[in-house]
Amino acid sequence: MKLYLAKNENVTSPAVVLDDMILTSDLPTTGGSMMLDNYMSLFGADIIEKLTKAGYAIAGKANVGEFGIDLVGETSYYGAVTDDKGNLSSASAELVKSGDVLAAIGLDVNGAGRRAAAMNGLVYVKPTYGTVSRYGTIPAACSGETVSVSAKTVSDCKAVLASIVGHDDKDGTSLPEEKCELVKTSAASLKKVAVIKSLTKDIDADTAAKLDAVKASLTAAGVTVEEIDCDVLAYAKTAWGILMCAELCNNVSRYDGVKYGHRSENYKTIGELYTNSRTEAFGELTKTAILYGSETLSDDNYMPVYDKSLRIRRVIIEAFASLHAEYDAVIIPASSKAAYTEADINANKYISFDEALYTAPASISGLPSVVAGGVQLIGKAFSENTLFEAAKIIEEGK
Amino acid sequence: MRYETVIGLEVHVELATESKIFCSCSAKFGGEQNDHVCPACCGMPGMLPVVNKHVVDLGMTAGMMLNCDINRTTTFDKKSYYYPDLPCSYQTTQWFAPVAVNGLVDIETSKGKKSIRIKQIHMEEDAGKLVHDDWTDTSLVDFNRTSVPLIEIVSQPDLSSAEEVIAYLERLRSLLRFAKVSDCRMEQGSMRCDVNLSVRPEGSDKLGVRTEMKNMNSLTAITRAIEYEVARHIDAIENGTEELVQETRRWDDVKGKSYAMRNKETAGDYRYFPDPNIMPVVIDDAWYNGIKASLPEFPEIKRARYIDELGLTEYDADLLTASRAFCDCFEAAYEVCGSAKEVANWLISDCMNILNRKQMTVDELKLDGKTLGELIKLCMDGKVNRGNAKKILMEMFDSETPIDPAAYAEANGFIVSNDTGKMDEVIKAAVAADPKAVADFKGGKEKALLAIFGKCMKELKGNCDPQKLREALLKHIDSL
Repeated sequence: MKLYLAKNENVTSPAVVLDDMILTSDLPTTGGSMMLDNYMSLFGADIIEKLTKAGYAIAGKANVGEFGIDLVGETSYYGAVTDDKGNLSSASAELVKSGDVLAAIGLDVNGAGRRAAAMNGLVYVKPTYGTVSRYGTIPAACSGETVSVSAKTVSDCKAVLASIVGHDDKDGTSLPEEKCELVKTSAASLKKVAVIKSLTKDIDADTAAKLDAVKASLTAAGVTVEEIDCDVLAYAKTAWGILMCAELCNNVSRYDGVKYGHRSENYKTIGELYTNSRTEAFGELTKTAILYGSETLSDDNYMPVYDKSLRIRRVIIEAFASLHAEYDAVIIPASSKAAYTEADINANKYISFDEALYTAPASISGLPSVVAGGVQLIGKAFSENTLFEAAKIIEEGK
Repeated sequence: MRYETVIGLEVHVELATESKIFCSCSAKFGGEQNDHVCPACCGMPGMLPVVNKHVVDLGMTAGMMLNCDINRTTTFDKKSYYYPDLPCSYQTTQWFAPVAVNGLVDIETSKGKKSIRIKQIHMEEDAGKLVHDDWTDTSLVDFNRTSVPLIEIVSQPDLSSAEEVIAYLERLRSLLRFAKVSDCRMEQGSMRCDVNLSVRPEGSDKLGVRTEMKNMNSLTAITRAIEYEVARHIDAIENGTEELVQETRRWDDVKGKSYAMRNKETAGDYRYFPDPNIMPVVIDDAWYNGIKASLPEFPEIKRARYIDELGLTEYDADLLTASRAFCDCFEAAYEVCGSAKEVANWLISDCMNILNRKQMTVDELKLDGKTLGELIKLCMDGKVNRGNAKKILMEMFDSETPIDPAAYAEANGFIVSNDTGKMDEVIKAAVAADPKAVADFKGGKEKALLAIFGKCMKELKGNCDPQKLREALLKHIDSL
């Protein structure tokens, strides 16, 4: 089992590992795909400079699901990653858990890192969209993907996030510096949180127990915990699936075997070069996403499918806005159950889409999400400190 | 039966920006293959597009010049198709909210005046260039042109002849050059057009089958192609020579024929969607008004003003208003020296000659108008004679650094002298040195005087009033 796809020698402490979605100029970056096997980028991600400046050493590159779109860790060209019980995990979560690195930096596309953190009892943050530069990350679903951090403790997670937050002129979606600063400086305000009941119906006993423990810790710390319904959040799953696949389909269209990346040896025409290179090098989930994505963007489907998903995104953002008007954080599970095996995936290839019921609301809305105690807390934009405060209470309540 | 032709044009114009639309690579034409490239315009993963603000400036300028409404929130979208000259396999363009819509362009042909409606103007990136090597049977790709900014000007189907199409293109070219949006050079591909054409019985309100000819880049080819297509359509309708289908055709200017490239069934579905990496561009009042204030006067308005207010001839006004660079230089020089006629003469004869000799176009005139005005003023005031002034003008074209005409004239001894003592001395010596010429002159050979006059002029380095020299010379010879 490959945890590292590339490794730096003689790494000093404190060290962080980068998911292989983050480009490095001194180590290959694959995006977990055969298409980019041994691909050497001409430049590194903006965040690498920031991490280095803050004194973090780069331990290496962690195995990831192909282009980061999987949710359960099943699609890397370099093989699936499992924990010691044989359950599908993620390489970066295993490396953090074992203490090999202080923290892991990932690209949160579909929420795979959030599920893995919940399963492994790690602290994880997907910050407000636009507050960490995406320059130098392999693009998958750009409208929602966000650089994320996971660590064993709240304080480590928070410190590493603080080192990479900031405006970047090279990223057109990067927010102005004063907005980015809010992630670090806005005061925590944690009085009342809501658990979304409609998203807890299908969770297993283990996940339900984690949720109860979190509720108990928060209540004990004087936070009001209420249970409410918000049915509209369930639409995020399909809407984000459509947006993510359409964007992925478009983003991976650049891998045509002409300029770099895998090129088939079996072609006579330019059409065959494209088709055979892509057929050979893309995994099944990516191919599924390409077919789904091109279908949803076609002339006939754009308005009824893609445009509708954009409108659902607005509806979900508005739903969160009204929730956050009353609650400092919204709590939902990170997945229906922690443990998936490769056999489960083989039996149902759509788990990555189905489990997005829990991860898609934060992905599609761009809101900050923190995983702690095995559950997910979603706050309003720039409320990371509030979410970290909740995570701290959960951490201490263990 | 009589037929009428219905033509709509899509005109691509490369914008006159220093750098590309989403990265800082040079947008200049030419260069070694793949010299003006970076990971962004080569489509490497991880680079993000950052919109070049100047591109939006020029998109708005073009929109205003063509009387369009400006979309105050304008967005970029992705258009997907596979071709090796398109490194990302998608082109970033504007589909849902183009920068400018609903414009109007006035043209004039032998049949009179007409207004052509503009549907929209959108900003987009250009593709690279494929070079086919028949010797090794390979195709090579040059990404220098990739992501060079373009605007596409889409007209309504309001044109009805090749003559109107040419008038429309020339009008676009004049307006866009004037506003410094583009140099609009068809031969370098910085202006090219797609011709959408159909034919129908005169007076019919139903459109015929439409064909599109892509990437036309010379006015003569466009004229020939339109005439050929119209004849082909009419032949097909009247004689049933072929079935007309909606398709894209390629014009072969050597063979004088058009060929089918692809039809509607095989046309791609471009899967447009908003580019999530480019935030909507919001044009606030300050930005909008700044561009509005920077718009040049239309060339025909300048021309009328030059004739009516400044008293130039139509001929001079036409020549000057053919180029924005000439107009700018003319107006600045006129302000300094106060004589429109003098400035026009200097620009149209002397400057044009120098440009011709240097094989430069009128748009490449870099001369500072204020300096030219100062030079002309020196000349008008009789401080420098015309011959020396021309030498200074030449130096102004050649020099890398700005030239101050008065200081330069002083430093090079070009100031006309009022020292009559020196002149008399020179005249005496010249006359004494050539008794034969003096004798010839006295014997009735008028021309003999010219030789002595020339020698004096040379001796004085031209720094005298020729009229005074002539008078003094005659007076001296008479006195002998």
